[in-house]
Parts: sequence; C-alpha cells; structure tokens
Amino acid sequence: MTFLNFFISGISLGSIYAIIALGYTMVYGIAKMLNFAHGDVIMVGAYVCFYAVSRYNLNPFLGVIIAMFLCTVLGILVERFAYKPLRQAPSLAVLITAIGMSYFLQNTALLLWSSNPKVFPSIIGRGSFKLFDGNLSVSHITVLTISVCIVIMIVLSLFIGKTKLGKAMRACSEDKGAAQLMGINVNATISMTFAIGSGLAAIAGALLCSAYPTLMPTTGALPGIKAFTAAVFGGIGSIPGAFLGGLMLGVIEIFAKAYISSQLSDAVVFAVLIIVLLVKPAGLLGKSIQEKV
Amino acid sequence: MTKRIFTCALLILAMSSCAFGAPFKLGGTAPLTGGAAIYGTAARNGAAIAVEEINAKGGDIQFELRYEDDTHDAEKAVNAYNALKDWGMQLSLGSVTSKPCEATAAENFSDRIFALTPSASSAAVTEGKDNVFQMCFVDPNQGTASAQYIGEKGFAKKVAVIWKNDDVYSKGVYDTFIEAAPKYGLNIVSDTTFADGNDTDFSVQLTDAKDKGAELVFLPMYYQPASLILAQAQAMGYAPKWFGIDGMDGILTMEGFDKSLAEGVMLLTPFNADAKDELTVKFVAKYKEKHGEIPNQFAADGYDCVYAYYQALTQAKANADMSAEELCTKMIEQFTTMTFNGVTGENVKWSANGEVTKDPKGMVIKNGAYVGLD
Repeated sequence: MTFLNFFISGISLGSIYAIIALGYTMVYGIAKMLNFAHGDVIMVGAYVCFYAVSRYNLNPFLGVIIAMFLCTVLGILVERFAYKPLRQAPSLAVLITAIGMSYFLQNTALLLWSSNPKVFPSIIGRGSFKLFDGNLSVSHITVLTISVCIVIMIVLSLFIGKTKLGKAMRACSEDKGAAQLMGINVNATISMTFAIGSGLAAIAGALLCSAYPTLMPTTGALPGIKAFTAAVFGGIGSIPGAFLGGLMLGVIEIFAKAYISSQLSDAVVFAVLIIVLLVKPAGLLGKSIQEKV
Repeated sequence: MTKRIFTCALLILAMSSCAFGAPFKLGGTAPLTGGAAIYGTAARNGAAIAVEEINAKGGDIQFELRYEDDTHDAEKAVNAYNALKDWGMQLSLGSVTSKPCEATAAENFSDRIFALTPSASSAAVTEGKDNVFQMCFVDPNQGTASAQYIGEKGFAKKVAVIWKNDDVYSKGVYDTFIEAAPKYGLNIVSDTTFADGNDTDFSVQLTDAKDKGAELVFLPMYYQPASLILAQAQAMGYAPKWFGIDGMDGILTMEGFDKSLAEGVMLLTPFNADAKDELTVKFVAKYKEKHGEIPNQFAADGYDCVYAYYQALTQAKANADMSAEELCTKMIEQFTTMTFNGVTGENVKWSANGEVTKDPKGMVIKNGAYVGLD
C-alpha cells in the first residue's frame, strides 16, 4: 500500500510537470525555440490568480480565466519585443534572450510583489478521495490536474492536426521559408503559438500553486527546469511525449526518494534522463526527423 | 586608496563636528525591503525603542541610531556599511542577516569598528574577528540546544529529522542535533532531506517518519518549506509533535497561511514575548503600542543589543568624543568580561571569539500566537 501511495504522489507531482511541459513542448515544436521564460509566465499567472482570489474575492475559476487572459497578453508582448526582432538571428542568441527574459520577469515580480512567500488558496480545496478504507488517498487537485492535462493534450492535438491554423503551425515548424511562400503569415503563426503557450502557462500556474501552495517570484523557475527536462525525456516537440515524460519524471523522483535516498533523488532522476537519451536520443516519443508536434 | 583616504577624512570631519556631549553614533545594516524585510524591520524597530528609552533617561550616554537597507544582499550591505562609516559611525550593529553580516563583519574587523550583531547567526560572522560579537546563538548551537531541550522535557524518544541538504543553516543545525541526540536519549528513526528543486513534495519524507513511528519531527529550516510540510502532513493525517528553530519564526505572518496548521508547533528561540519578567512585559507593551504587533525575537535581539552597549559604555566610562578605534578596544574588554541581563536571556555572557552563551526558551504556537512552554 505504501508503494501505491508513493506511486500516487509521483503521479501528482508528475502531472504538474506534465502540464508545464506541454507549454514548453508546443512552443518548441512550432517555433523551434526553447522558451525558458515559460516557468516565469507560470509564476505571473499564479500571482494574478492569487490576487484575483484572495484580494478581490473572485471565484477561483474566474481568477484562472483572468490569469489566462493576462498571461496570453504577456506572452504576446514578450514575443513581440524580445523574440520577434531575433527571428533571423542564430538560435543561440534567441536562447540567451529567453534566459534573460526569465530573469527579467523574476526580478520584476520581485519588485512588484516582494519575495515574501504567499500561501496560495487552492482553486478546488484541499480534499482527497479515499480508497481502500482510507489507506490510499488521491487528492482532488491531482485528479483535476491529470484531467486538465488530458483535455489540453487532446484539444491541442486536434487543433494542430485538424484546423487550418494548426496546419499553418505545422507548416512553419517544418519549413518556415516554404510556408511563407505558400502564403502563410509565419510571424503571426509564431505569435499565436506563444499566445497559446502562455495561456496554458496560466492554467499550469494555478494548478502548480494549488498543489504546492507557496508562491514566490522564483516559484516557476525550478519546476520550469524540471518540466523542460520532462519534455526532453518524453521527446521535445511531441505533445503526448510531454505528458508521459512529466508523469514518469514525477514517479521516478518520488521512488528515488523513497527507495534509494532522499539526498540522491535528483541525481537519480537525471541519471535516468541521461540513460534514456543515450538509448533514444530523441526522447521516449520523439521522432528524430521532421514532423514534430 | 584615494577613496579610503577620502573616507577617513570624512570620518574625522564627522567626528570632530559631533564632539562635546554629542550622542554615540550607532549604525547597522538590515534588509528593510525585500524577502527578509520581516527580520530587518523588526530588529531596527527593537533597537529604536531601546535608543528612545535610553535617550529619555537623559544620562551621559546618548545614542543616535541609523539603519541602512541592505536588502539581504552582501554587496549592498558593504555599500550600506560604507555609507554609515561616512556618516561617522562609532559603534556598529553589524547586519541583521548572516550572509550580509559575513561581509560587513570583515569590514568592521579591518576598520576596527566594534560590532554587535543582533541576529546574524552563522559561525563565519565572528570567526577570527576579535571585535565582532553576536547577540543570538551561533547556528550549530541551536542543534545541540534543541536536542537537549527535547530530551530533558521528555517530548519524545523517537525523532524524525527533515532537513535541507543544500543550505548551510539547515545542515549546521542538523549536524550538531544528530551528534547531541544520543546523549539526551533521543533515537533518530528517520533522517530525510530535500533541496532546492525538489522542495515541493514531502510525501516520502513524511511517510518515512510516520511508518517508523516518529513521535516528534524536527524541522531545522526556514518557515517556507515548513509550511508545506505542515500542510501535507495534515492532508495525510499524520500528527506528530513538531519542533522548529528560529527560522520558523515568521510562519504566522505569512500571507494567506492557515494558522491552524501550525497549532502546537514548538520552536526554540531566545525570546518569549509571553514571559512575565518586568523587562519583557515593558518591552512587549511598548512595541505593541508603537507597531501594533507582538515583537518577534529579532526585535528583542535589536533591543538587547542597544542595552548591552549601554551597559558596556557605562562600565567603560566611555564618552562620545572617543574614536571608533578607542571604543573598539574598550568594548572588547567589556564584552568579554561583563554579564548582561536582557529580554533575550539572563546572565548572558560572551566568549572571546564573540559567541554568546544564554539559555534558549521553548515556545509553542497556540491559537495562532506564540506562548512560552515553561
């Protein structure tokens, strides 16, 4: 039973990684850039949601919607001012800009909201489902996170696979030049990708802070890195891969803590990552050539 | 070099201008803004109350207090320190938090300006410096004192420890706690860690403690991870006794924190706002009146620092015309020999290396407030 409990802890931690990883992987799959500021957009989303709920007493779901809206705007602005001018620049320059943007957002948050940790009010309470006479408990937030993850995964896959905009996105991902020649507005398509990614970040922020309720300007940074790892693990660019990678990373982390050593858990997680990448360089579900997403 | 000469010139100028019965210039750096501001403002407020009281007495010894913001950053602390030196600081209150104080203490040492820090607790603050003293316990002592307190009070036999293995503060306390535990009959049944990056999920650590039957969980850490641990333990229905150290101070003022989670949490701090002795009652009343809240241990440390200076200066028959260096020699003499009674302890003594000896006081959180255990 302890084993199952640890497994469920792993799944709940992993589901958080997964939902963050979805945003990473989508932006990478289409724009071919690593948006390291993603974790910090999550933090901004969580702060917006926090203020909406605890200062203005709004309904938590309304709070999440406001956060999504503002994060989408933020995502578009970041893209417009930091990434768009670098569209033709080498990818290293874009990567460094993304890291700079991450620090910019963190430090702005520090100024605006100070670094005093705040306790985030859970969007659906802190209850849990009890199974097997209460020997096993699954918190509501875990169930919600996984459901939201699956819904997002399906909607994103459908959107990218079936709609005209999605088709444009795939075209940009494969060959920007050719896409442009076919009459696709590449810039608008990439901006659109960022907008969607940032909207997802707001949902991830609300769920992250509902599960682990302390909120600080650095809240998004480390889970962001872990989620990035999860995305690479699952095959960056692949949407189901991000989901699988996130869940596996969470489970491995908890099992390593429980059965090997709490001091070594991160070392074990990254050792597994290295082994997986040695065997399957494109990640679990990644394809090594074209057609990412 | 030019800068140093310039500073010296300013210093001399500042001193000569404030001679003849002028107050002693007392300066310190503290995080007055940012994440650690809760500590900095408390220490400053405490010191300011003491200065006000002493000045109101109208005796020979008068103080002029000045605090500069260091935002808990070592580099900014040195700049703040230099600003204070330019102002003509004769006696220093060091810095409030450890990292900045390690930096300013080195300056204090090379400038021969005596420092008494209210709350910078790392061992490196005083190490190798004959003129830097602490009002709070040095970190490693907290571990020993906690083990002794838990053992002697008979709170538990089986103890679990959860600590942060990438943090010197946590590790320092953990090491001495583990070392001292067997001596006081404590059996460490569970010993687990976390670090930056995996400090969100504590289910494994808590399950381990629960399965091994720990009656008490010792948490040598700051209050932010502790708040997550308390919430997750409640969610899994585990209710041991909780024991924290001074980093736990602050958990009740966290915005949005459900105070019922901290109900029954014990912590060892040198100051108990509930104590009935005359000094504490007077200080707490005054602090409440001025700032509308119960003072924490940082405020008490700041308050005691000023009174310790008052006692040492009186005994040394010092006057404000003396240079910082003369005062420094006198203060070293006094602090290594005197005994001080303050709100953070009775019979407080200092060793030659600047570490303090006093009895810690146990506190417990009841109905969302700190109450003395004794």
